[in-house]
Amino acid sequence: MTLDLLRFTTAGSVDDGKSTLIGRLLFDTKQVFEDQLEHVAEASMRRGGEGALDLALLTDGLRAEREQGITIDVAYRYFATTRRRFIIADCPGHQQYTRNMVTGASTADLAVILLDARKGVLEQSKRHAFISALLGIPHMVVAVNKMDLVERSRERFEELTRDFEAFAERLGMRARAGSTSDSTEPGGSGRRAAEVTYIPISALEGDNVVERSAAMDWYTGPTLLEHLEEVEVAYDHPSETPARFPVQWVVRPASADPSHPHADYRGYAGQLASGALRRGEEVVALPSGLRTRIAGIDTFDGEIDEALAPMSVTLRLEDELDVSRGELICRPEESPAVARELTADVCWLNERPLRQGGRYVLKHTSRSVTAIVDGLADCVDVHSLQRTPDPAELALNDIGGVRLRTSAPLTFDPYERNRRTGSFILIDEATNETVGAGMLARGETDDPSAKPA
Amino acid sequence: MAGETTMSVAERPQLSHLRALESEAIHVMREVAAELERPVLLFSGGKDSIVLLRLAEKAFRPGPFPFPLMHVDTGHNFPEVIEYRDRRVAELGERLLVASVQESIDSGRAVEETGPRASRNRLQTVTLLDAIARHGFDAAFGGARRDEERARAKERIFSFRDDFGQWDPKRQRPELWNLYNGRIHRGEHVRVFPLSNWTELDVWEYIAQEELEVPSIYFAHEREVFSRDGMLYAWREGVELIPGEEVFSEMVRYRTVGDMSCTGGVRSRALTLEEVVTEIAATRVTERGETRADDRVSEAAMEDRKKAGYF
Repeated sequence: MTLDLLRFTTAGSVDDGKSTLIGRLLFDTKQVFEDQLEHVAEASMRRGGEGALDLALLTDGLRAEREQGITIDVAYRYFATTRRRFIIADCPGHQQYTRNMVTGASTADLAVILLDARKGVLEQSKRHAFISALLGIPHMVVAVNKMDLVERSRERFEELTRDFEAFAERLGMRARAGSTSDSTEPGGSGRRAAEVTYIPISALEGDNVVERSAAMDWYTGPTLLEHLEEVEVAYDHPSETPARFPVQWVVRPASADPSHPHADYRGYAGQLASGALRRGEEVVALPSGLRTRIAGIDTFDGEIDEALAPMSVTLRLEDELDVSRGELICRPEESPAVARELTADVCWLNERPLRQGGRYVLKHTSRSVTAIVDGLADCVDVHSLQRTPDPAELALNDIGGVRLRTSAPLTFDPYERNRRTGSFILIDEATNETVGAGMLARGETDDPSAKPA
Repeated sequence: MAGETTMSVAERPQLSHLRALESEAIHVMREVAAELERPVLLFSGGKDSIVLLRLAEKAFRPGPFPFPLMHVDTGHNFPEVIEYRDRRVAELGERLLVASVQESIDSGRAVEETGPRASRNRLQTVTLLDAIARHGFDAAFGGARRDEERARAKERIFSFRDDFGQWDPKRQRPELWNLYNGRIHRGEHVRVFPLSNWTELDVWEYIAQEELEVPSIYFAHEREVFSRDGMLYAWREGVELIPGEEVFSEMVRYRTVGDMSCTGGVRSRALTLEEVVTEIAATRVTERGETRADDRVSEAAMEDRKKAGYF
């Protein structure tokens, strides 16, 4: 059975039913195992439950979480239908755990933002939506939950849709470093806004999650699961996006053993971050600038003519070049930016704040360099979306524009065009902790009319 | 998006989910090889570690694996699994280290449990940590998956162990995009789980797709068993029965391979890979729930063992 794979996040406040929603998705698609149900039934009873199965308990995994009844860390859930396989990154709702939400969001194709129909668009919902947009999740679903508690009112659903849309419009224009603050035209920064779909649901009663709601016949859009099965996944249309192949590992059997049967072999192994490469194509390795042709594309199962993202392959090149890990292979006419002075939006993930002059290890694709903070451009207020210029520091959970200088050049694309070659992490040299998540802005030499990946 | 045609799911060129998962796993293994100095691959002969071996071939061939294989041997293994292990390693031409729980017991590093429910499962932690320290390994590949059990659902792909080998669930590193931070201090190590996003069914479908050989105990066979706590355990010399328990013969297969003292078989007629896959697709109980006594000790059994340094 050939299925494709969709990764999505769920985020929401403690009380707006996110865990119940996931439990409902798993339960209605018959993915929940009997022993898990037993555990939940026992725990529901111990919690003083009234006999109804508390589906939310299916997802609380750690001892501390179960004791407190909340979700602390991002948990991964897996399920499949006949059309698609899914990975859910279930993210905590608390502000304190923004760093965990950012983790889950970074690889997601879609974000489910949960609203409680009674409470409306809360600050936490805005924050989740902002983080999802910032992290470049291309699809957003606003699931208006607990419709059963507002009498499944169409007026209420439409009111909340309008409220959220007002906020979402501003997200499309403001959520990117480098965009001017008075830009009012849609896509002013060249960024493709996330597509948003609104669905009225009741996770508790099951309306419009998997089964269509019998009681909300005014709603004619897809159920949540129908929508999840239909949306495009990240790597569709590889022929329309520039090829990016970060060299990850050099395969040279001779270096371990000069008498190895494949001593002559030299290949460059990695995962295509975007696009497609064919045997015979002319390519360039950056930042060294060495040019050559692809002599062959190898996999364990044999040679192939064309590699598509996100395949992991090994390239053989016509010329005997010294290409090393950390270099990027691409077509010469589709080169990314190459620079040592960079501007990026950074989410700060650590208790020790980011300040000017701070020095970190920066990891970008397969390359690690040293980076120094030249300046803090601004800090974003995630509720008003205002950017305050020249903050003194970025503290834990802050998001802001940062100017960096690196010890060696990076070859990159703006994050809005390529999530793999536009992202980086910052690592504290002393503690080894991952302290920042960065998304690169457009470089100065960039072509703004190029298509997003 | 205006102007773009949208293809239906059926029309789009796409990688199957198994190929996408395979590519992600290969990427993870190559990152470890590139960024850590002394990795090791923990190989038990179980289905998950069998898949790991194939992924290592895909990641590193035609070169040799840049790491040895290691088996933490409780001494209570199914003989079929040991035979399989040795044969497979010889086929691959790679190096195997065996860390022995028996030796840990003999040298006083670990204390044998007693009683009818005794198992060497917890003792593996001591043997594993000692072996890691002795060889100076800084990274260990394991076949664990997030769908297996609730504590694993939260674990990162790169999972840190401090210098006591302990896991702190509250202090996991943020893991963003596919950028893995493998930096550690001396004495620490990282456990890496390339199969984190694979389900039990994915593993079996991959084994079928790749035509991988697995130990015969994964298929239905007749065995002398006894029933305890709702599971069927293999009877062997020296096993202490509780009064009321009887040994009988049954057609069983194993869904998972822990050591014999804590792994239960399930009644089955599945003689081939296809039949196993069909049985699993229809199954109503998780792999570990059905067959692993070590997880039943308490609700937080796995979490507690991981905090102490388990796989």
